[in-house]
Amino acid sequence: MLSEKHNEKEAEGAVRELTYAEALREAMRQAMEKDDSIFLIGEDIGVYGGAFGVTAGLVDEFGPERVRDTPISEAAIAGSCIGAALTGMRPIGEIQFMDFITLSMEQLVLQAAKLRFMFGGKAKVPFVLRTPGGSGTGAAAQHSETLENWFVHVPGLKVVMPSNAYDAKGLLLSAIYDDNPVIFVEHKLLYKTKAHVPEEMYQIPLSQSHVAREGRDLTVVATSVMVQRALQAAEQLSEEGIEIEVVDPRTLSPLDDRPIIESVIKTGKALVVHEAPTTGGYGGEIVARIAASEAFDYLDAPIRRLAGLDIPIPYNRTLEYHTVPQVENIVEEARKLVRGEY
Amino acid sequence: MATDLETRPGIDDSGVQLEAATLREMYWQMLRARRTDERAWVLHRQGKIAFHISGIGHEAIQVGAAFALRPGYDYALPYYRDLAFNLAWGYTPHDFMLALFGREGEPTSGARQMPSHWGTRSLNIISQSSPVATQVPQAAGVALAIKLRGEDRVAYTSLGEGSTSQGDFYEGMNWAGVHKLPLICVVENNIYAISVPVHLQMAVPNVADRAPMFGVEGVIVDGNDVLACYRVVKEAAERARSGGGATLIEAKTYRPTPHSSDDDDRTYRPREEVEQWKKRDPLARFQAYLLEAGILDEQAIADYEARAREEIDRAQAAAEAAPFPPPEAALGDVFAPVDETLRAEE
Ligand SMILES: Cc1ncc(C[n+]2csc(CCOP(=O)(O)OP(=O)(O)O)c2C)c(N)n1
Ligand SMILES: [Mg+2]
Repeated sequence: MLSEKHNEKEAEGAVRELTYAEALREAMRQAMEKDDSIFLIGEDIGVYGGAFGVTAGLVDEFGPERVRDTPISEAAIAGSCIGAALTGMRPIGEIQFMDFITLSMEQLVLQAAKLRFMFGGKAKVPFVLRTPGGSGTGAAAQHSETLENWFVHVPGLKVVMPSNAYDAKGLLLSAIYDDNPVIFVEHKLLYKTKAHVPEEMYQIPLSQSHVAREGRDLTVVATSVMVQRALQAAEQLSEEGIEIEVVDPRTLSPLDDRPIIESVIKTGKALVVHEAPTTGGYGGEIVARIAASEAFDYLDAPIRRLAGLDIPIPYNRTLEYHTVPQVENIVEEARKLVRGEY
Repeated sequence: MATDLETRPGIDDSGVQLEAATLREMYWQMLRARRTDERAWVLHRQGKIAFHISGIGHEAIQVGAAFALRPGYDYALPYYRDLAFNLAWGYTPHDFMLALFGREGEPTSGARQMPSHWGTRSLNIISQSSPVATQVPQAAGVALAIKLRGEDRVAYTSLGEGSTSQGDFYEGMNWAGVHKLPLICVVENNIYAISVPVHLQMAVPNVADRAPMFGVEGVIVDGNDVLACYRVVKEAAERARSGGGATLIEAKTYRPTPHSSDDDDRTYRPREEVEQWKKRDPLARFQAYLLEAGILDEQAIADYEARAREEIDRAQAAAEAAPFPPPEAALGDVFAPVDETLRAEE
C-alpha cells in the first residue's frame, strides 16, 4: 500500500494526475485485467461510456459481454449483481443517477444486506454498486439526490464516498475486493477534479477515516464534495488565523470514528458538513459518536451541523446553489464556532 | 366540410373523417411544436439555457393523441419528449420558455422542476417525473379514480420503449388489465433509449406484443402518420369510455436529434440511419399530404410559419425579461398545510 500523503508532491519528476472519473476507470480496468469474474453492468455504460463517461472505452477493451448495457431496470441491475455475486462473480453495477437507486431498494436493503446473515455466514455477496449523487449540475430534485444515509442505516451494506481522485481509485479497488455489497457513492461535481493517482494498483482500506488537513481550532467532518469545500474554506480561514482540521470518513459505514474523536479532543469543537438534507442525515450519526465519546469532556462549544436544507433540490441555479452548503457557508459557520458565538 | 382521407393519395389509409379546419389545426400544432423545439436548441447552442430534451420527430403521435382526447377534461401523464402533445393540449410556448430559462412565474413548479416536466393543474396534466415509467402506475391510479367516481374521463400516459423495461410499466399495465381501467398508454418507440438500441431492451420485436399478457388491447401504429395515430388513440378512448378497458399503443417513430442537449448521438448510431428517418419526417409528410389534398397552400404555410415565429419570439422575450425566483422561493411547498375542514371529530 502506498503512502496516503498524496497531497504532498512526489519529490522526483512530474506527478501523474488523473481525474476522479479516470481514476475510477483505471481501477476497474486494472481489476478486470486480473480477474475474469469482474464485469460491469449498467445503462449506457458501453459505447456511450456512461452518463458521466466513467466507463468510456472499457467496452472496446473488454467487449460487450463484460461491459454490458442493460435495460432500464434498476431493480434488475441490483438483483442480478446479487445473483451473480452469490455464485462466484464480482459484478460492478452502475446506477446512472443515485436518484434511481430508489428503484433498487428492495434488492439492496432486504436482499443484499441480509443474505449472508440469512445463510448463516455460508454465502457472500461481493459486488459494488457505483452511482453518482449530488446537486450542482442544474438537474433538479430527481437527478440530484444524496441518499447515502439510507444505506448507512442498513446493517450489511458498506457505504463509501470518495472525495478525490486518489481516494476514488484506492477505495474502489478495496470495494471490488471486499466480500460484501458496497454502495459506492460518487459525486458528479468531482468527476473532472484532478489529483495525483499512482499508476499501480493500490488499495485504501475501507473503514479508515482520514485527516485531510490538520488544524487546531475546529474539527470539520465532511463527506464527498464537501471535503473539497471544507478544504477551500480552510484556506480562507487560515488567512484569518483560524486553522481547521478536516476529517474525511471516506467509508461512512462501517465508520472508523477514532480519528474524528481524537480530532475533537484536540480542537474542542466540531462541525459536520454534508450535502444531504440536515434532518436524518449522516451528520446526526457523527454528532452522536462525538457526544457519546470521551471527546464530550473536551467540547467547549455545541457540535454543529451544516447540511442541505430540508427541501428537494430546485432546478433554478440560484435556488439550487442556496440549498446546499457552499464554501462561504462553511467559512461563516466555522468563524462563529471558533469565536464562541454558539 | 368533411374530408374523406381514405380517398386521398399518399399518406394515410386510416379512414379518418376530419374537417379541413381540424386538419389545418393539427398541422399548426405540429409546426408550432417543431419551431418551439428548434428554438430551444438554438438557445442551448447560444448558452442561454442549460438543458433541452427534444420532441422533434415525435410530433405525429403526440398531436394525433392530443386531438383524439379532450384536453383539460381527460387526464394526461405525458413524458419529457411530449412538447407537441402538451402544446396541443393547452400548455404554451411561453410556459415552456419560462421553464427553459428557469424564471419566476414558471407555471408548473416556479422553476423548481426541470423543463419538459409539464405539470399544469388547470389542464389536468400531471407532472412527469425524471425517473422513467413512474407515470404508468400513477396513470392506472388516475384511471381507477375515474372509474370509482363513475366519470367518462380517460387517463392518457406515454413513455419511451426503453422505459418499458421498468417494473413500474408492468405493474401499472397489469393493474389496468385486472381492473379494466380507462387507460391509454402510448409507447413512443424511437428504437433508442439514450444509446441503448431496442434489441438490448427487449427480446420481443414489438412493445405491443406484451399487451396480451396484461389482458389489454395492443395496437401498433406508424408513429409518423398523424392521422393514423389520431385514429388509434380515438378508438382507444372510445374503448376506455365504453368500459372496454385499457389500450397499449406502440407508435413506431424515431428521434432525429440527440437524446438531450447533454448527448452526442454520433457515438452510438450511424448517420445514414438518421438520414433515412429524416426522409419520413412526420411534419413534412403531413404538409405534403395537405398540399396535395388542397387543404393547405404555400401562402397558408407561410402564414403559419410567421405566426409561430411571432409567438415564439414573444415567449422568449418575455421569459428572458422575467426575473429569477428569489432564493426563499425554494422553501415553500414541501408540505401541504393543514386543511381545517378535514377533521375526524365534528
Ligand atoms: C429510472 C430511471 N433510470 C434511468 C434514467 C435515465 N434515463 C433518462 S431517459 C433514458 C432513456 C429512456 O429511453 P426511452 O424510454 O426509449 O425514451 P426516449 O428518451 O427514447 O424517448 C434513461 C436511461 C431515468 N430517467 N430513470
Ligand atoms: Mg426510446
